[in-house]
Amino acid sequence: MQLVLEKRAERSNFIAVASPLFAIALTLVTMAVLFAILGKNPITALDVYFIEPLTDSYSLEELVVKATPLVMIAVGLSLCYIANVWNIGAEGQFIVGAVAGSWLAVRTNGTDAGHWVLPAMLLLGALGGALYALIPAICRVRFGASEILTSLMLVYVANFGMDYLVRGPWRDPNGLNFPTTAEFDPVATVPLLIEGTRLHAGSILALIVVMLATVLLGRTIMGFEIRLVGAAPKAARFSGFNADKLVLFTFAVSGALAGLAGIIEVAGPVGHLQPDISPGYGFTAIIVAFLGRLNPVGILIAGLFLALTFIGGENAEIAIKVPLDLTKVFQGILLFYVLACDSMIIYRVRLVRAFRKPAHAVA
Amino acid sequence: MHDVSAKDASLRPDPLLCAIGITKRYGTFLANDGIDLDLFPAEIHALLGENGAGKSTLVKVMYGLIQPSAGELRWTGQKIVLTGPSEARAFGIGMVFQHFSLFENLTVAENVALGLAPTESFTAISERLEETARVYGLPLEPKREVWRLSVGERQRIEIVRVLMQNPKLLILDEPTAVLTPQEADQLFSVLARLKSEGRGILYISHKLDEVKRLCDTATILRGGKKISTCDPRRETAASLARMMVGADIGEVKAASGRTVSVPRLVIHKLSLEPDDPHGTHLREVSLEVRGGEIVGIAGVSGNGQDELFAALSGERLSPAEGAIVIDGLAAGMLGVNERRRMGAAFVPEERLGHGTAPRMKLSENALLTGHAASGMVRHGFVDKPATLATVDRATAAFDVRKAKRDPEAASLSGGNLQKFIVGREILREPGVLVVSQPTWGVDAGAAATIRQALIDLAGRGAAVLVVSQDLDELAEIADRIAVMFHGKLSSPLDAAEATRETLGLLMGGASTGRSADQPEVSHAVGA
Repeated sequence: MQLVLEKRAERSNFIAVASPLFAIALTLVTMAVLFAILGKNPITALDVYFIEPLTDSYSLEELVVKATPLVMIAVGLSLCYIANVWNIGAEGQFIVGAVAGSWLAVRTNGTDAGHWVLPAMLLLGALGGALYALIPAICRVRFGASEILTSLMLVYVANFGMDYLVRGPWRDPNGLNFPTTAEFDPVATVPLLIEGTRLHAGSILALIVVMLATVLLGRTIMGFEIRLVGAAPKAARFSGFNADKLVLFTFAVSGALAGLAGIIEVAGPVGHLQPDISPGYGFTAIIVAFLGRLNPVGILIAGLFLALTFIGGENAEIAIKVPLDLTKVFQGILLFYVLACDSMIIYRVRLVRAFRKPAHAVA
Repeated sequence: MHDVSAKDASLRPDPLLCAIGITKRYGTFLANDGIDLDLFPAEIHALLGENGAGKSTLVKVMYGLIQPSAGELRWTGQKIVLTGPSEARAFGIGMVFQHFSLFENLTVAENVALGLAPTESFTAISERLEETARVYGLPLEPKREVWRLSVGERQRIEIVRVLMQNPKLLILDEPTAVLTPQEADQLFSVLARLKSEGRGILYISHKLDEVKRLCDTATILRGGKKISTCDPRRETAASLARMMVGADIGEVKAASGRTVSVPRLVIHKLSLEPDDPHGTHLREVSLEVRGGEIVGIAGVSGNGQDELFAALSGERLSPAEGAIVIDGLAAGMLGVNERRRMGAAFVPEERLGHGTAPRMKLSENALLTGHAASGMVRHGFVDKPATLATVDRATAAFDVRKAKRDPEAASLSGGNLQKFIVGREILREPGVLVVSQPTWGVDAGAAATIRQALIDLAGRGAAVLVVSQDLDELAEIADRIAVMFHGKLSSPLDAAEATRETLGLLMGGASTGRSADQPEVSHAVGA
């Protein structure tokens, strides 16, 4: 007996919709097995992970707060992935965006600068992220360097760069030697949506990004170009589109969105620049993009789901004493299943009898 | 049918392979519907049918590549079940595919050795290869790399590779599709020799004159069913075509009173390096296509036609502005959309993946070539109704058959998709149309529609350049024919003086003094 993948005559639309759900179900089963191996009751563990966070209002707010950067980054990444361009370095672009915007907050700290500061910071954040993302894009276009490697490597460069700034020149003099900048002024802080919560205006921006991306992909010639270059590169050249220009464009847009998410995170929920501003948003957003089927609305839903894994992970660490790293294991398994289930859209699995004669098998 | 041949058993030898009631079902679609076929030793049996008639499915069943849903195979009277090609080969069934499976960077001998059992030493294989090639008059140099060889030579490797397994039954899938007339003649003499050795041959083709010349028996398939088994020598080409298509094919009429005007497409000493190492270098290609005329470019594929098409469409830019002139304006360094805005239109050879994006809808594929010059985009936004209108107009004008209004390109049959692609361009009323292999792998009805459309377009004053390997097609529609060989273009001949022989010699490189590379040409001339 042998398992073979057979190409389907047409895409299965049913699987296209159901594939993320299959992936989630398979992930939950695998997680249950993992919990059992760790000696925890799987039912209780899954309840702590996925149900409890949905039952109190603080966790629900936190869900939105954590989903905001995920969605914003993932929408940008989806543009790259649709065009067959592989930006893996959103985490680095997120950090550079946060640093670029924070520069203005640090410079104006304690002065009586007006309300122009925050918009200027957001702009700088987006610009910083975009420029940083253009480094791997240009290397790919000019020298043919694999953007997967270069964009990933630049994450570490960004991380150490930020580390240097907050431990060195930008460190708060009154900060008891903690590696952090001074708390940002109110004019350099993202306003809250509801006083007394952590819900901030950045979430509205994320929704706007989702809507703009939907229009871009579905209605405009630019969106058509992105989809065509990814789906049929030779046809795209025949259509007169320049694949190199698109590499630059998609990298710049996804970098800008990651940078914007970075400065919003720092000027919003965190309130100052410090190491560890991200629990890996830039990497998790890759999973969000695929779980959301590279569709902006799907990404919105997938972003909320993965935000849940962060919160559930924190809950589980406290409630049932499992390591926080289990969240990353969980996310990795999820991505694995999403990609596996996605191949079922175009292929089907078939069981066939042994292909070779026994004599050949022996030889 | 099977019963009839069983009664004849006293007159003829027993059949080598009997296919009885072969049925292959894909979902609700019947690719083969109860087909009976008997193949005898020392007989060349033609399998005729349009694209999609079920020929490939049937031979894949006979070669063990797919399992039939119903029906059985008998090898010299014994029921057999083939679970894979290696089993088919073990019985003595060999197959030469239309698309070669050769590694371009390996030598001839290495390619042959890869397909054989590892028990034989490489030197032994090389010797046997040379011996087989010599015996059958299929000259091959074992040590040459495949990428240096012509398509005809590559096919020889495939044939020799199969002959080295000493098959009793040989299946050939459209072997002459890629050959010059002289190369085809050479193949026919090899087949005649194989027949005289008592081997059975199943010959798939849709070239009727070839079948009439070569084959003893012909089986015609249509829509997955067997229509008839007959003696092709007693049929006319028209009666065979009728059985294949099920109706008389409309003849292409030349537009009356076509007047040739000024040159609208001029290629002037175009030289271009290939962008991949196995490509062809274009060398000083010059040609004028005037308004109102159709010029054909013949040639064996891989002689620079793809490179020329890319240079003409603007997918690759020329080194000099004046190398390509469209309606009097230098266009050599302009991109594909700028050329479209000048009134040029292009139809590439590859329908799926080049001419269209397979997984995108027809309306999006209308946008693919229409976004620059056909008012489908306003302020960066796509005018969806305008793209759909193009689909509807092409559907109506060219009788494109499809399951719904706006399906994915890949879901259309080859002929219908090609009608859509040609229609998409012709509806823009281009002044210059460059089309590559317009009817390759397209059924006869669609081919006639497309050729008529090209003639009518020229009749309305456009310059039409047709790149095609199909000499019959060029003879039917072209006013002048030039031949491409090793990246050079011959000067065009008037259609009247462009006989198959003259074109065939040019396709083999006769006038370019390169016949040393092509020893078979001198054979052909001598024969």
